[in-house]
Amino acid sequence: MTKPQTLLRPTPAGLCCVPGNFMIDPVRPVAFAVITHGHSDHARAGHGAVLATPETLAIMESRYGAGFAGTMQSVRYGETTNHNGVAVTLVPAGHILGSAQIILAWKDLRIVVSGDYKRRRDPTCAGFEPIVCDVFVSEATFGLPVFRHPDDAGEIAGLLKSVAQFPERCHLVGAYALGKAQRIICLLREAGYDKTIYVHGALAKLNALYESFGIALGPLADATTDEARSFAGAIVIAPPSTIAERWSRRFPDPVTAFASGWMRVRARARQRAVELPLVISDHADWDELTGTIAEIHPGEVWLTHGEEEALLRWAVLNGVQARALSLQGYEENEGE
Amino acid sequence: MRAFARLLDRLFFTASRNAKLTLVRDFLRETPDPDRGWALASLTGVLSFDAAKPGFIRKAIEARMDPQLFALSYDYVGDLAETVALVWPAQAGANAEPEISEVVEALQSASRSDVQLLLERWLDALDADSRWALLKLLTGGLRVGVSARLAKQALADFGGIEVSQIEEVWHGQHPPYADLFAWLEGRSEKPSADTPGRFRPVMLAQAINEETDLPKLDAGDFAAEWKWDGIRVQAVSERGMRRLYSRTGDDIGQAFPDVIAALNFEGAIDGELLAMRDGGVAPFGDLQQRLNRKLPDAKIVAKFPAFIRAYDLLLDGEHDLRTLSFRERRSRLEEFASRAGSSRIDLSPLIHFADWEALARLRADPPEGDARLAEGVMLKRWDSLYEAGRPKGPWFKWKRDPHLVDAVLMYAQRGHGKRSSFYSDYTFGVWREDANGDRLLAPVGKAYFGFTDEELKQLDKFVRDNTVDRFGPVRAVRADRDFGLVLEIAFEGLQRSTRHKSGVAMRFPRINRIRWDKPAREADELATLERMLK
Repeated sequence: MTKPQTLLRPTPAGLCCVPGNFMIDPVRPVAFAVITHGHSDHARAGHGAVLATPETLAIMESRYGAGFAGTMQSVRYGETTNHNGVAVTLVPAGHILGSAQIILAWKDLRIVVSGDYKRRRDPTCAGFEPIVCDVFVSEATFGLPVFRHPDDAGEIAGLLKSVAQFPERCHLVGAYALGKAQRIICLLREAGYDKTIYVHGALAKLNALYESFGIALGPLADATTDEARSFAGAIVIAPPSTIAERWSRRFPDPVTAFASGWMRVRARARQRAVELPLVISDHADWDELTGTIAEIHPGEVWLTHGEEEALLRWAVLNGVQARALSLQGYEENEGE
Repeated sequence: MRAFARLLDRLFFTASRNAKLTLVRDFLRETPDPDRGWALASLTGVLSFDAAKPGFIRKAIEARMDPQLFALSYDYVGDLAETVALVWPAQAGANAEPEISEVVEALQSASRSDVQLLLERWLDALDADSRWALLKLLTGGLRVGVSARLAKQALADFGGIEVSQIEEVWHGQHPPYADLFAWLEGRSEKPSADTPGRFRPVMLAQAINEETDLPKLDAGDFAAEWKWDGIRVQAVSERGMRRLYSRTGDDIGQAFPDVIAALNFEGAIDGELLAMRDGGVAPFGDLQQRLNRKLPDAKIVAKFPAFIRAYDLLLDGEHDLRTLSFRERRSRLEEFASRAGSSRIDLSPLIHFADWEALARLRADPPEGDARLAEGVMLKRWDSLYEAGRPKGPWFKWKRDPHLVDAVLMYAQRGHGKRSSFYSDYTFGVWREDANGDRLLAPVGKAYFGFTDEELKQLDKFVRDNTVDRFGPVRAVRADRDFGLVLEIAFEGLQRSTRHKSGVAMRFPRINRIRWDKPAREADELATLERMLK
C-alpha cells in the first residue's frame, strides 16, 4: 500500500496534501487552501484559492468581505473534484453549518480529515457521516474521559428553569458567535421558548446568514440598544468574551451562563465566574471520539489538535494504531 | 437524587444569598418528603456517615478504569470526587436511580463492606452531576455555602412565615423534618416548641442614626449597657437539659464544656459569650481560639476560659418572662444572677447617664476596665417586651466610631452577579520596611463594600487603567511609592494572624473614603497597625 505520508503530511502551516498541492485549514496564507469549516482558526483570509462548501464560503465572506481569497471554489457535500490526481470529496462533519470532513482518495489510499466534528444531532447543520478509510485524521479537543457532554435538551431545560426561577433577572448566555449561538437559539425554540431572544451585535450578520440557509431562528432583537429597559426575564446571547465585560453592565444583576464543553469541569466555570454553566459543545466528547474511531475502524488514526495523550493511551488499550500530529495554531478554546 | 444534584450544582456556582434562598425554597416546593428533609439536613452539615471513607472512592474507580487514563483525568480536574463523577463508565442496564432518602437511610445503617458495594451500585445508576452530589455527600464535603441560618430562612420563605417561628420550633425537629413540612404546608398544627432546653428566638437591635433617631428619643426612656465584643448566646438550663445557642439557634455547647458546666440554674439567659483574661474580659481574639474548633482541646479550654455576661432573662424557673418589660426582666435577672452565684456568669452592668450627650462622651471615651473593649453602647427601652427578630424602636446599638487607616490598593478581583463585570473586591496594603530598608506594601486586608455605585465605576476604571499583572480573575494594579490609589479603610478591630503575611487581620474592613488626592507614599505604615494590637 502507498505510504499515507506521501499523500498527506503535517507542516508548520497546516496539513499539506503533497500530490494535490494544497493545504487543509492552513494557519497562514497559501496558494490553495481546502477549508473544513468557518471558525476563524481554521478559515483564514488571504489565500490564493479556497475550496469549501457554499455555507463555509458564505461565512468567510460575511466575516472577511468579498475579497477574502483570490478565487473560491464552491463544492457541495458529496461532490468530488480532482486536483493533480487526488480526488477530494467533502462530507458533513456535524460541527457547525457547512462544516465538512475532507476525503482524499489517491492511488489505493483513502484519508479522511475530520476537521472539528461531533456526532450528536444539531438542528443547525447536517449530521456527521462516518467514512471507511485507511487513515482517519481526527481532532481531539475533548480527548479526556472526563469530557462526556450531557444531553443538550437537559442543559436547555436547566436554563429555562432558571429563567422561570429568577424572573426579575436577565439570563446572559455566553456562546460563540458562529455555530454555538445559533444552535442555542434553535434548541431554545425546540424547547418551546418563543419569546424574543436578545443578541449581541457580533451575532447579527451570522444569524442572518443562518436564516438565509433556511435555519429559522424565530424573533430576535439587538441587545445593544440605547433604550432604557430592564431585560428582566429575558435571554440575551453574546460572545463569551463580553459576558463579564463592560458591555454586560447594561443588564442589571444578570445570571451569567456559558455554553461550552469546558463547563464540564467546575474549576473552569468558577474561573470565569459563571453562575450557570451549560455543557453544550460542538466538538465530539470522549465517547464520540472513541466511538467514531471504533466505528470507522481505520488502519491508522492521526490526532491533529487537543488533548491527545489520553486518546493515544486508549488506542494502545484497544489495539488501534495512532499518533499525534500536534498541529499548532488551532485554539484550545472550543470553536474560536 | 437528580433534583438534589441540580440544586447542589446551582448552589455551588451561586454567590448571592438571595439567589441561594430562591434555589433552596423552590427545591423544597418541588421535592417530596422525605427527600427534601434529608437534602436539607445534608446541606446544613448535620449528617455524617462514619462508614464512608474517601478510600472507597479510589478503590471503586481503580476496579473500573485503566489507571493511566484515570491519572490523566485526575491530573486535569484536580478533585478526586469530581474526577470520579465525570469518568465513571456508564453502565447499560443499571438499577433505578436512587433518591437521596434511599442513600441516606442505607448509609446510616450500612457497614463498611456494604458501603463499598452500595457506592458502586449507585454510581452505576446515576448521571455525572448526581454522582458528584453522591460523592460529596458521602465524604461530607458539600461546601456550597448553605448555613443553618440560610436553611431556616429558606424554610420560612417556603412557609411564608417569619424565620423566628422556625427558630422557635427548630430544636424539637429532626431530619427528615416531616412534621415541620406538614406545618409549613398547612397540613398540621405548629409542632410543639415545648422541648426542654429549646432555643427561644432572640431579639435584635437596630443601628441608631445619631442625626435622625437620637433627637427624637427621650434619654429617660432608655437603659444603656456596653456593647460587648463577644458573641451573642442564649444559655438554657431546663428540666435537666443544658444548652448553649448562638443567636441563630445553632447549638454550640459542645465547644464550651466549661460554660455548660456552670449552668446550674433553671431558666434561660440572654447574654454575651466572652473569653476571660486576668479577671476581666479578653480581646475577641481569645474567644476566636475557642470558636474555631468544634471539639474543645483541654489545653485551649484552660488557656482561654469563657464566661457569659448576662443582659436579659427569658425564662425564670417555669416562668416565661418575655412578655414582661425590660425593667422587670432586668430586676429578675439581677436576682437570678446573684442566686446562680457562678464565676462563669456575671451581669452586664447598666451605664448611668443623664442625657444623650453624657452617654456620647462615655461611648467615645469609656472608663478604665472592660468597657474599653466594648464596641459601643446598647440602648434598650425600659418598657420593651422581648420580641423575636429586629423590631423597630425598642432596642438600638450605637457603635463606637471605627478605626481608620489609609492603605494602598494592590489587587482587585471581579465580583459576582451584578458585579461580575466590575473589579469590586479590593486587597489593600500598608507600608513596611524590608531587610534592605526598602519600603514595600504589605497586604493587610480585603474590602468589597463601603462605596457607592458611582465610586465602584471609578474604582473599576482605575483598576483597568493601571493593571500591571493578571492572575485569573485577579488584577494587580500599580502601587509603589510614586503612584497608587489610597483607600481610607474603616475597621472594627485588629487581631494578630499567622495566616496573613503582615501578621495582622482586620475585623469588618470596608472602604470609608477613596483618597484620590493622597499620594501613595503618605499612606499608613504597618507599625501604626501593630501599635493598635494589644
